Amino acid sequence: MNDNPACSPAPAAVLAPASADPTPGPARSASPAPPTAPRRRGPLARFLRDPIALAAAVVLLLVVVTGACAGLIAEHGPNSAALDAVLADPSGDHPLGGDGSGRDVLSRLLYGSRTSLLAGSITTCVALLIGVPTGLAAGYVGGWWDTVVGWIADVFLAMPGIVVLLAVVAVHGPGLVVSMVVLGVLTAAPVFRLVRGEVRRVRGEPYVDAARVAGLSDVRIMRRHVLRVVRVPIITQASLIFGVAMIIESGIAFLGLGEPDRASWGSMLGDASTHVYDAALLSVWPGAAITLTVLAVTLLGAGLRDAFVGDTAGPVRRRPTIGRPAREPAAVGGPSTVGTDVLLAVDGLRVGYPTPEGEAAVVDAVSLHVGRGEILGLVGESGCGKTQTALAVLRLLPAGGTITGRVEFDGQDLATLSERGLNALRGRRIGYIPQDPMSNLDPSFRIGSQLTEPLRTHLGLSRDAARKRALELLDRVGITDPPRVFDAYPHQISGGMAQRVLIAGAVAGEPDLLIADEPTTALDVTVQAEILDLLRSLRREHDMGMVLVTHDLGVVADLCDRVAVMYAGEIVETALAADLFARPAHPYTAALLAAIPPAEGGAGERGPLRTIPDRVPSVRERPTGCRFAPRCAYAAPECAGHPEPTGHGAGAVRCARVGNEVIAWMR
Amino acid sequence: MIGFIARRSSSAVILLLVVSALTFFLMDLLPDPGQGILGVSATDEQLAAKRAELGLDRPVVLRWLDWLGAAVRGDLGTSWTTGLRVSDSIGTKLPVTLSLTLTATLVCAVLGIALGLIAAIRRGAVDRSVHVLAVAGFAVPGLWVGILLVTVFAVRLEVLPATGYVPLAESPVDWARSLVLPVATIAVAGVAAIAQQTRNAVAEVLERDYIRTLRSRGLPARRVLFVHVLRNATPPALTVVGLQFIGLLGGALVIEQIFALPGLGSLAIGATSQSDVPTVQGVVLVSVCVVVTVNLAVDLATGALDPKVGMR
Repeated sequence: MNDNPACSPAPAAVLAPASADPTPGPARSASPAPPTAPRRRGPLARFLRDPIALAAAVVLLLVVVTGACAGLIAEHGPNSAALDAVLADPSGDHPLGGDGSGRDVLSRLLYGSRTSLLAGSITTCVALLIGVPTGLAAGYVGGWWDTVVGWIADVFLAMPGIVVLLAVVAVHGPGLVVSMVVLGVLTAAPVFRLVRGEVRRVRGEPYVDAARVAGLSDVRIMRRHVLRVVRVPIITQASLIFGVAMIIESGIAFLGLGEPDRASWGSMLGDASTHVYDAALLSVWPGAAITLTVLAVTLLGAGLRDAFVGDTAGPVRRRPTIGRPAREPAAVGGPSTVGTDVLLAVDGLRVGYPTPEGEAAVVDAVSLHVGRGEILGLVGESGCGKTQTALAVLRLLPAGGTITGRVEFDGQDLATLSERGLNALRGRRIGYIPQDPMSNLDPSFRIGSQLTEPLRTHLGLSRDAARKRALELLDRVGITDPPRVFDAYPHQISGGMAQRVLIAGAVAGEPDLLIADEPTTALDVTVQAEILDLLRSLRREHDMGMVLVTHDLGVVADLCDRVAVMYAGEIVETALAADLFARPAHPYTAALLAAIPPAEGGAGERGPLRTIPDRVPSVRERPTGCRFAPRCAYAAPECAGHPEPTGHGAGAVRCARVGNEVIAWMR
Repeated sequence: MIGFIARRSSSAVILLLVVSALTFFLMDLLPDPGQGILGVSATDEQLAAKRAELGLDRPVVLRWLDWLGAAVRGDLGTSWTTGLRVSDSIGTKLPVTLSLTLTATLVCAVLGIALGLIAAIRRGAVDRSVHVLAVAGFAVPGLWVGILLVTVFAVRLEVLPATGYVPLAESPVDWARSLVLPVATIAVAGVAAIAQQTRNAVAEVLERDYIRTLRSRGLPARRVLFVHVLRNATPPALTVVGLQFIGLLGGALVIEQIFALPGLGSLAIGATSQSDVPTVQGVVLVSVCVVVTVNLAVDLATGALDPKVGMR
């Protein structure tokens, strides 16, 4: 029983999609498009292809039509009673029988739908008419208006809805319209909160700022931009309010507090409840009618929401599966120069995620290796698969991610190792530094406990030993007051400190291999330099191998021995760091280098910043040939075929035209 | 922390005052309460005398202050129809309603949270069933579920009493038996709703970056789940359970009627149909008190769990 309007946030979440899959692959679309027709559909077309929403619409339409035409269909008036019809069995005259007072059940059922729909409509309209404008104003303008209305909404939310309704009936006497208007006023509070929340979220968006800068009036911004965003949650909320109102109307009528002359499914249930011993079937008709109608309204709301949300999902095209061997020629890795002791060897790694159109490989045929004490830079634009590659090594991919290929670490294949065996390596032999320091510390636990927990459970240290070790680690990573940070919660320290804490956690088990995912991206420049120094000295102390994921070529030049350049899920070039900067072999590498802004005060005039045109293609947009060709200044007919890596210098290059002397010179 | 408690408590008290004033003034709109008590045949003199007797000839603000002053001392006035003290009637009815709502909330919370956890971790069939049940549970009116349960378990199978209530002090077994069907009625929708919300809260925490980082440190999945995920999913789950309880308070009115439980609902419905203003006011005040207390408790509990609040 969910009779309090204050409770409506609960069902709102009920109707959220069952699984919010974090698939980084193609956006989930409402209905899978045929592979050859990547055209956009409007909300109406999407709605018509959703069988559940369509069925809900049909049911609702049926209820509306039978309710409207009740006078034509029903053979009896809703209140006309006949003695011989009291608890009568279904017959020709009374298809569903008679109720406890001798009234025709079918007629009352048909007329009752009018009451239910009227109740739902009144409440929903009142709630929206009050909640939406006040919410828009409070969210958009803020200030004292926001404070005052917000407080009033709190008052309404604290009122027990049904009890207040009873008080109203006590004063006013039974009245459907009055009760439902009052219910609408009470239900306006959650609508207000929802709209205000959405508007606040949108208000900070760049496109709203842009509209404001462009001189659009507030009213137009509201209509053009803000309303578009809030309409979807409003549709869902409205359908829930409609349902709640119908259920509450039936409850009031059931209690005998409705208008006595008005046929209502609730009063039918009230009648049925007094006849559970002699006419058990009586409750089935009105009960099923309410359930079906509420279900139809809520599912229709959910369907409409999906139809509108689907707006953002782009065309989905099935990528032809390429019959290419998963393994790469060994040449791609090239000989290692720093130490001969290979620590990590990735061979033919593929990371896939399930999508409605089949599996999407976000990382494809990636092969690389890292030696002891060697730092390998993994570079490329955002969305190239760098982080996915790093996480695949630790097998910590988001839900649904699958790994194929070999990930050999010190003789064991991590891709097939048991979870238990792999977990024994995590933290102890392989460390991981995550990308964003602030989101990678559990906000509910003190730093100290987060550092000592793995030391105690995983490395088996005693409580005191773990504390001592954690303080040492904090000191080692350059934190000036280790005991204070040890006792602090994550929200009490700065981003730079948080990153040091995460590094301390990553090296706590003195791992042989460190996987660092953009360890400096979120930090300011001076802190960046200190962190890089720290990583360098840690490498020296423990002879650690390191995979450094970054899009910052300055970091690569500063720290890395070798570099692997990733583009659109595959490695396009591997080289010694010095060679890469002196003589990039792949046009993509060259373009990346060219996009580095010249140093301040450097030679030459400051021209416009050089960029690579367009953006990295998403998984489903990848070309079948060379994936960089559409953005490449040197693309030629032979680039239509997918190039395999070929040896080049100390590394390898995935480019069909790598031998072209003119291009090499141009670079 | 103390400042936080003081702030939340004082705003709860203000809320209580405002809502009580609103209902008092609302009830004052009643055209002529004397008519309801004396009947339509009452003469104008009799009505005027009744008004004076009830004190209705004084300004409404003064009456509210008097009423409030008495209410603080636990005196909610005297019923216009039965002549009983309102606080006494509520005192005998409230335990019934609280037995029902607290037991139902407990059952829904335990089953719902367990089911929600399983759905979030295992996904698959459990997850889909929870989703379907939550949508269906929202649509099925509790009163129909109640009638069906009575028909099956009380009328057909005769294993449980159809109606009535036995106080806990009298016979714990019969008390429990009298609550099984009402609680089951509520649980049909309540369990699925809480399960769905818990599932969403847990699923959201599971996708947080820090969960992955904890795993990368070699912490066993089980430990990450039962220490870190649960800890961070508790505040949203608590909020949901609190909302569920408040929703139940209204729903209890109908449920009590089906099962003839002598709770606040029967008191309120009787008083409503007879325009017994002091009783209705008393019931509203007590209900608002319960709602505000539950909200405050949830607020303080989530606040206590949030390190950012504890430090302020």
